[in-house]
Formats: sequence, C-alpha cells, structure tokens
Amino acid sequence: MTALSALIRRDIRIALRVGGGALIGVLFFLTVVVLMPFAVGPDLALLSRLGPAILWLGALLASLLTLDRLFMADHEDGSLDLITMSRTPLELACAAKALAHWLAAGLPLIVATPVLGLLLNLDMVATGAVALTLLAGTPALTFTGMIGAALAVTLHRGGLLMAVLVLPLSIPVLIFGVAASQAVIVGPMTFGAPFSILCALSLVSLVIGPFAAAASLRHGLD
Amino acid sequence: MTLIDLANPTRFLALTARVLPWLAAATVLLLAIGLYQTALAPDDYQQGATVKIMFIHVPNAWLSMFVWGVMSIASLGTLVWRHPLADVAAKAAAPIGAAFTFLALLTGSLWGRPMWGTYWEWDARLTSVLILFLMYLGLMALWRAVDDPSRAARAAAVLTLVGALNLPIIKFSVDWWNTLHQPASVMRMGGSALDKSFLIPLLVMAVAFTLLFVTLHLAAMRNEILRRRVRSLQMMQASRVAFSSEMGAASRGQGASKEAGAA
Repeated sequence: MTALSALIRRDIRIALRVGGGALIGVLFFLTVVVLMPFAVGPDLALLSRLGPAILWLGALLASLLTLDRLFMADHEDGSLDLITMSRTPLELACAAKALAHWLAAGLPLIVATPVLGLLLNLDMVATGAVALTLLAGTPALTFTGMIGAALAVTLHRGGLLMAVLVLPLSIPVLIFGVAASQAVIVGPMTFGAPFSILCALSLVSLVIGPFAAAASLRHGLD
Repeated sequence: MTLIDLANPTRFLALTARVLPWLAAATVLLLAIGLYQTALAPDDYQQGATVKIMFIHVPNAWLSMFVWGVMSIASLGTLVWRHPLADVAAKAAAPIGAAFTFLALLTGSLWGRPMWGTYWEWDARLTSVLILFLMYLGLMALWRAVDDPSRAARAAAVLTLVGALNLPIIKFSVDWWNTLHQPASVMRMGGSALDKSFLIPLLVMAVAFTLLFVTLHLAAMRNEILRRRVRSLQMMQASRVAFSSEMGAASRGQGASKEAGAA
C-alpha cells in the first residue's frame, strides 16, 4: 500500500513540475474550445446548443494528448523496468499510475470547465452538468487510454498510432457523457439513466484497463 | 491430429496443401448454388429486386463479426497457450476481416440508396459496423508499425481482446444513441419472419462465404509462414555477409539463426 501511494505521489509530483507537461493538457483544452467559435461562427444560441459536445470533444482530445507520457518517461529512464520487476502486482501499479495521471491531468480539465462554459454561453446548471459528467467520465478515458499508452511504449511508437487505437474505444463514453449533459439542458429524458451508464463505463474500464495494460507491458517489455 | 501437432509449420503447410484445393472447390460450388438460388428468389413486395443485395450484404456483415471472433481466439492462443501459429492466424485474418467489413458497409450503402434515398444514414447498425471497420484498420496499422512479428503479435493480441470486450459495449451505446436521435428505425426487414424462399438462399450464401473466409484465411496463413521464412533466410544471408567482412558479427548471426529456428 505504501509502495502504491509513494508511486502516486511521485507521479503527481513529476507531472506538475517543470518538464512534466500535465498542465499543457488544460492549455490545449482551452485552445480547442476557443477555436470552435471561429469554425461555427459567434452565434451564442448555436454555441450554447453545441456547448456540451464541444467541451466533451475538447476534454477527450486533451486527455488523449497527455496520455503518451504515462509510461514513456518511465520507460526512458528505466524506472518502468523496476516497477515491472517489483513485488507490487503490476496491475495495481498500472492502476496507481493511471490514477495519478488522472489527478494531475484529468482533474484540471474539470476545474477549467466552468470558465470555458462561460465562453460558450452555458448557464450555471448546464456547466455544472457538463463538469459532473466529465468528473464521472474522464476516469474511463484515462483507464482505457492507458491500454493504448502501454501498447505504444512496448512498440516504441507513440502519438498517432495510439490515438487511432484508443479513439474508437472511447465512443461509448462520449455518447453517454454528451447525452447526460444534454438531458439536463434540453431534456426530454432524465439525467439519471445516461449518467449511471457513464459511471458504469468508468467502473468497467477501471477493471479492464489495468489488466490489459499490465498484460501488454509484461509481454512486450522483455 | 490435434491442434498442437499443427504447431510445426511444415506439418501445417503439408496439411493445408492437401486441404486447400477441396476447400476452394467446395466454396466455388456453394457460391454457384447460392447465386443461382438468389437469382431465382422472388422479389420483395415492398423492396422489389433490390432485396437481392441482402444475399451478399448479410453474409458479409456476419463474417465481419465472425472474423473478429476468430482473431480473439487466436489472440488467446498467442497470450495463453503460446501456440506458434496463433499469431500467424491473427495477422492473416485482420485484412480479410477488414475486407468483409468494407463490403458489408458498401453493400449496405448501395442498398440504402434506393430504400432510404441516401447512401449514408446514421443508422445504428451501419454506424457500429463503421466503428468495427475503423478498429480493423487500427489493428492493421498496429501490425504494420513494428517489424518484429512476435512483438507486434503480443500487442495486437491485447488490443484484439480489449476490442472483443468493448465491441458489445460500443454496439449497445450506438443503439442507445440512435434511438435517442431518431424517432423511428428506418430499417424495415423481415427479421426472423423471413420467408423460406429468402431464408434458404441466404443460409447457403452464409455458409459459402464462411467457407470462402476459411479458404482465404488458410491461404493467407501459408503466405505469412513462407514470408517469415524468406525474411529469416535473408537475415541469415545478410549476417553471413557481415560475418565474412568482420569477425564481430558472430553474435548477430546467432540471433538470426535463432529466428530461423522459430520460423
């Protein structure tokens, strides 16, 4: 347990310090959302209708962008080999790393959401709904994306290949995240149904992600 | 002859060389019977002659999912049993599956034009097949990204199994998304209430296409084994050239001969 909490603390500290790059994700999120009005026009009514979709797409791309750092830096300096060989189960170590990554890179996106909601003409309730769905949904993105990050590090290929592999897997999260936010804003259905499915998706990826990532690290690093 | 006997590629090549002509003949025969029956099948009272696209479309759609299933079993073979031919089977199946999925999309789109008045409808079934196609392409990109086949095999196996777990979830969520956005389903088909005059040709075509897949898959596996042999022979030759020019290349020669033994 102490090993895992030490791992989490170490990862967060590295991510937040100089060269960590966790906060670049927030900057990217901000830039993508600011770009949208230039593409669709400064029509406030249209922007508030598209708002949840824009915020969700921005968060999806931002969390994907930061993911390839999850194992890459540790692989370069050799600490990933130590983690693989240590007595802590690799599945738990992967889960701890993903949790740390989500705390450092995913949580700031949710904190930034209210500001961006202001730019997209979303009211208080709508912004709150989007932030809540992001809070429930981004762990699924991180834990599914971790599989892609593990594959990328064992193949020494990052970036585009990982995005191509991970993006189709994140379609369900996108569907239910946007649906739950839209349910609050325009109705007609209830917020509860899509939101609970979104939570279920996060819980499922919490189980599948670490096992698949650990399997690919174990088979791929030798 | 059990599965483990086939672990020897030479034995596999010998067996498939004997089996393949028969399989190919059976495929051609069944396809001919199926197409003949399809031509004789009556027109639908609503859809007219366009209903005959179904006899090509449905077998392709069935195979697009069946091939992923075959790849999942092969991936289990790679990761769990470490069967030497499992990764050859998985690699050979991916492009064939992608081709069947593409044909399912293409025929679906051609069928949609007279039925719905548009080539593409964000219908739940079409959309989830499109996502399946994207996943096939991603898998093929993964195979092509790495030159060491055994390393690529293990990564692709993990991805195939994750995909197999995720595909039902994607299918469910796309269905849900579609009912949310569309008032009623456009797809009007008999389903299980399909008339016998349609059902029999359809079943014949489905079996014929499955045989076609088995034939193509075995042939592609043979090609892959031979391709790997050629590659390891080339590497042995290259290391021999390097050995004659410098003595320090001995270790590389060992590596190449080990690879030749594996292939």
